[in-house]
Order: sequence, then structure tokens, then C-alpha cells
Amino acid sequence: MQITINLFATLRNNRFDSDQRQYPCGITIRSILNDLSIPENEAAIIFVNGRHAGPDTALLEKDTVSIFPPIGGG
Amino acid sequence: MDKILRINMGAEGAPQFTTTPLGEYAGFGGRAMTTAVVSREVPPLCHALSSDNKLVIAPGMLSGTVAAMSGRLSIGCKSPLTGGIKESNSGGQAAQVLARLGYAAIILEGKPKTDDLYKIFINKEGVTIAVDNGLRMLPNYDLVAKMKAEFGDKISCISIGPAGEMKMNVASIACTDMEMRPTRHAGRGGVGAVMGSKGVKAIVLDDTGMSMRSPKDPEKFRDANKRFVEGLTKHPVTGQALPAYGTNVLTNILSEAGGYPTYNFKQGSFAGASKISGETLAELEKKRGGVPTHGCHRGCVIRCSGIFNDKDGHYLTKQPEYETVWAHGGNCGIDDIDAIAMIDFLDDNYGVDTIEMGTTIAVAMDAGIAKFGDAAAAINLVKEVGKGSYLGRILGGGAAVTGKVFGVERVPVVKGQAMPAYDPRAVKGIGVTYATSPMGADHTAGYAVATNILKVGGFVDPLVAEGQIELSRNLQIATAAVDSTGMCIFIAFAVLDQPETFQALLDLLNAFYGLELTGDGVVALGKKVLSMERDFNERAGFTSKQDRLPRYFSNESLAPHNVTFDVKDEDLDKVFNW
Repeated sequence: MQITINLFATLRNNRFDSDQRQYPCGITIRSILNDLSIPENEAAIIFVNGRHAGPDTALLEKDTVSIFPPIGGG
Repeated sequence: MDKILRINMGAEGAPQFTTTPLGEYAGFGGRAMTTAVVSREVPPLCHALSSDNKLVIAPGMLSGTVAAMSGRLSIGCKSPLTGGIKESNSGGQAAQVLARLGYAAIILEGKPKTDDLYKIFINKEGVTIAVDNGLRMLPNYDLVAKMKAEFGDKISCISIGPAGEMKMNVASIACTDMEMRPTRHAGRGGVGAVMGSKGVKAIVLDDTGMSMRSPKDPEKFRDANKRFVEGLTKHPVTGQALPAYGTNVLTNILSEAGGYPTYNFKQGSFAGASKISGETLAELEKKRGGVPTHGCHRGCVIRCSGIFNDKDGHYLTKQPEYETVWAHGGNCGIDDIDAIAMIDFLDDNYGVDTIEMGTTIAVAMDAGIAKFGDAAAAINLVKEVGKGSYLGRILGGGAAVTGKVFGVERVPVVKGQAMPAYDPRAVKGIGVTYATSPMGADHTAGYAVATNILKVGGFVDPLVAEGQIELSRNLQIATAAVDSTGMCIFIAFAVLDQPETFQALLDLLNAFYGLELTGDGVVALGKKVLSMERDFNERAGFTSKQDRLPRYFSNESLAPHNVTFDVKDEDLDKVFNW
């Protein structure tokens, strides 16, 4: 199934900003993190279709996953 | 920091000053100081521009020491924008310099009988107050250049631009940074108008010959500072993300989360977010010879600020903050980062709150004064404010005034102050802070975004009502305490996640003052400050009816998550339940 992955801030280094990839149905975010060599503690904030998710979340066709490292501001 | 400088601007003949010991204000600093003075000495029913109002300028309890991050200045008064108590907070050099000069507070009182403009110079020798009508209507950058020419280049400046002189509700008070640029502002609540009403254009400080304030226990202090800095450096937010990208790193995440107020709070996501994001801004700054990592005051180890150059590589403004980029960017439908940076420079120069200014322009766009997305029109509207034309004066009154004049219903304010860069429907914790903070709609007062969106200090789902009251309450209490120490609130990212860094902060206070503060002591201080503020507001006529968001936030659904603000009124009234 097709998944859109958006990476932000330092996670973009040596990777990409946005990409569309094919993954097996029901794959978890954890597997995608492994695939992209992103350590779990660097994937501090994960959204699936704009809602907070975690490494255990399983994905569906056409989901958009956005991953942020620890960030802050105000 | 053993004295208070009171300046009576309305004294017969000429302004008079006195220097007194701290008296009943011993032990207070920063926001605790400004709130204590305002709540005890300002009649809550006075007109904010009258001689009865006072402008209190106070460094924090640790300002002027070698403690990292200790350079924040609090400026307090009755706010002409909200009609309630205000503490407005700024970075830059002034807090440390003022503290080293020995002043725990400057209190401007009274009001001159003529329309003369004054400059105040404070150094090791003492205080000089002089008329200088040649400074009239100077924008902040020009004003600072003049003060530098007159007083030398070791000075720090606290000043108002034309907006403050015109007593506009959007007027800020500028503090110079390490490069002596007026880029750091006590922005919120119209504090610049109060300074203008008292005829003070600039307070110039020179601490040459003064030394760092010494702790009671220098050994313990040094050790605590070392651990404090270690904690800040090792936390990924304060040690990596903020120095690399600055606060504008939030643009992408708020837009992804569906909580980025767009087109005057009509939707929660902006198609142009990426073009004005922190990532894009940092790249652009580097490319043009600017700097994405820069501290606003000496002793800052986070360095969330930066330097922004224009297309030709010339300095334009400091790295615009997230709130500024949002207010003048997505909230106005503008995705041109150069236009936003230009507006940031104009805001600093005229001396206006970028949050109030941007939300006002968005309301003006809803009124049809300009089109959403029209950056050139937005720049012109800000220039109208600087000129003081009738349109400029209306816009300079802020979002609520502008909405009233042009018959706009959807005005995003609480207690008359415009909401910052997080939609309360999709970030419900910050919605509780907006509604209930004595400051009006204020994000720093209880930054629930940290836990709602950024997963700092735990996680509370931003899209549901549950958990938000407790979250906002705890953060409002903690923030009121931190705001009294002179510490930059961004230490909170490290302090909320790392108990040892919180302990280091306690150890800094205890080693400096010879105290034995615990976490409970910090909570008590925060509660005390909030209670004084709530009490002032009540005496000023505020009721629980003012602790509410505008009704349309409960009725109007926000895309993409189709949420409304559904935290119950009776729960909002439980925030201050002590």
C-alpha cells in the first residue's frame, strides 16, 4: 500500500523531506522507522493523518505519516 | 539588587527620583516583583494611561549573576489593552545590566504635565533624567543609534518607538540585544503605551564598573550552574532543536497537527507552511550569510535566536520568531518569508507586539481592508501604524478595536488580547490557558503546547477536553515562578523532562540567596503570584465571564480535525482552585 512519509528538522539530514513509498498492508510505524534507520528515541513526535501516534500504530492505505525529532519553541 | 528606583514623572517642576531599600518587596524578583508592586500600589479602576498607573521594570531573582539563561526582564502595569494586570517579558541585555547596577526595580509613576519627552540615564554614578524632544517619533533603531552616539557603545537601551509615543494598545517596549539592536520586546498588552503616557522615550543603562552579583555560597552556585548547563545542553530541545532552527521550527508541526490558525483562525493547516517553516528559514539564513544560532543575552546557552539577512546579504532583522512568522504569515495567508522578515523589522522599529499586530491585520483582512495573502498590502498596513494615520491608529488599537470599528464578528481575543499561534480547538490545553490566564490570551503563561503537541513533560491529547485543566493549572503555576527568577522560560523544556535539571535550578536559587527552597516552595511562589494577579483583576471588575473564549470557538468546527472548544465553563472556573 502507498504511504506518504514526511520528515522534519534534523530527521531530514541524509534522508528526505517527503517521500511516497510502498509498504505491506498493516505495517507498523516501528517497521518504517527501522527501514529509515531512525532510532525510536529520535522519532519523538509522530502523526498519522495529523493525529498523534506511536511506534505500535499500524497503517492503512494512503496514510500520511509525519515524524519530528524532539523540538520546542514558544 | 538591594534598591528600588522610583521616578515620579509628574513631580512639580521636573521628574524627581528616589532610591529606597526593598522594604516589603524584599525577596521578590521579575514577575513576582512587578505583580506585587502593581497589585499593591495601582488602583485597579484607574485609567491605564493615567498618572495613577505605574510601570514596573524588574530583573529576575537570578539576573546579573553568572547563572546561564538569567537575562529576562519583566515589565508590569495595568494594561491599556486588557484593563487587567500585565506582566510582559523580554530578553536582551537590560535585565542583567539593571541587576548589576543594583536595582531590583525601576518604578515609573505619575505623568508629566507637559508633552515633553524624557530620556533616563543610569550608571554607576547614579541617575540622570533629561528632556530630549529631539527624540520625538524616532523609530527604535534610530533611537538606539542616537543613544549610542551620546552615551557610548557600552550601553543597553530600553525604549519605545512611535507606537508607544502614540499610546497605541499594540505598543511594545524594546530591549537591545548583544549587538545593541532593539530586537527583543516586552510585547504583550500595550506596555509601550504606558511608558509613552509617562513621557519616557528611553532608559539607557551602563553598568561599566559594576560586577556580577555574588552568591552567598559561590562554590555551590558554581556547581549548580554547571549541572544546570549540562542539563540544558543534553536535552534535545534546548541543546539541539532550538539552537539549530529557533522557535519557528514549530510552523511545520502545528500545521501537521491541524492546530495552526490560518486566515484569521478559519482552519488549522496552512498550505504554505513549508515555505515559511523553521527549516526553510535556517537554510535561507545560512545561504545569505546570516546565523541560525544566536543568543539574545550574554549567558544564554540555548541560543534560539538568529540573524536574518536580505537577498543582498545585508542585515534585515533578527531571526523572526514562530509567533511572528505565524501572525504575519499563515494567519494572514502570507507565505513569503522575506515579506514576513520585513514586517518583523518594521514591528521592531515602530515598537509593536508582533502577535497583536499580525492578528489585527488578519482581522482587517476579514473586514476587506486587504486580501488574505497580499504581503505588500500587509506591509503597507503596518506602515500606516508607524505613520499614525487614522487607519494606522485604528489598527494600532489592536485586534478587538479593529474588529469593533469594522464590524467583524470573529475576533480571536480573550480579555481584549489577541490569541497567539495555536488554535484552542485543536490544542485544547492552550485554550484553557488563553481563557483563564490573568494576562488574557497568552501562550507563554501556561504553555500547554509543550505537552499537547511536543510530548514534553508527558502527553495530553490536544483534541480532547480531558486533562487540560490540570495541565494548564500546573504550567501556569510553574511559569509564574520561573518568570520571577529571570530565567528564560525555555529552560522549561529541560526542567520538565529532567528532574536533575529542575534540582539544579533550585540549587542555583538556594546557593545564591542562602535558602532551602524545594519544589513545593516553587509551587507556593507561583500560586502567590497568580493569586495577586487574580485579586487585582477582580478588583478591576473582572469576573469568571472574562475567563472564556469567544463563543464561536465552541460553535465553529475547525478543519482538518473538525473540532470545537468543548472544555466546560464550570471546569475553566476550577483552574485556580486553591
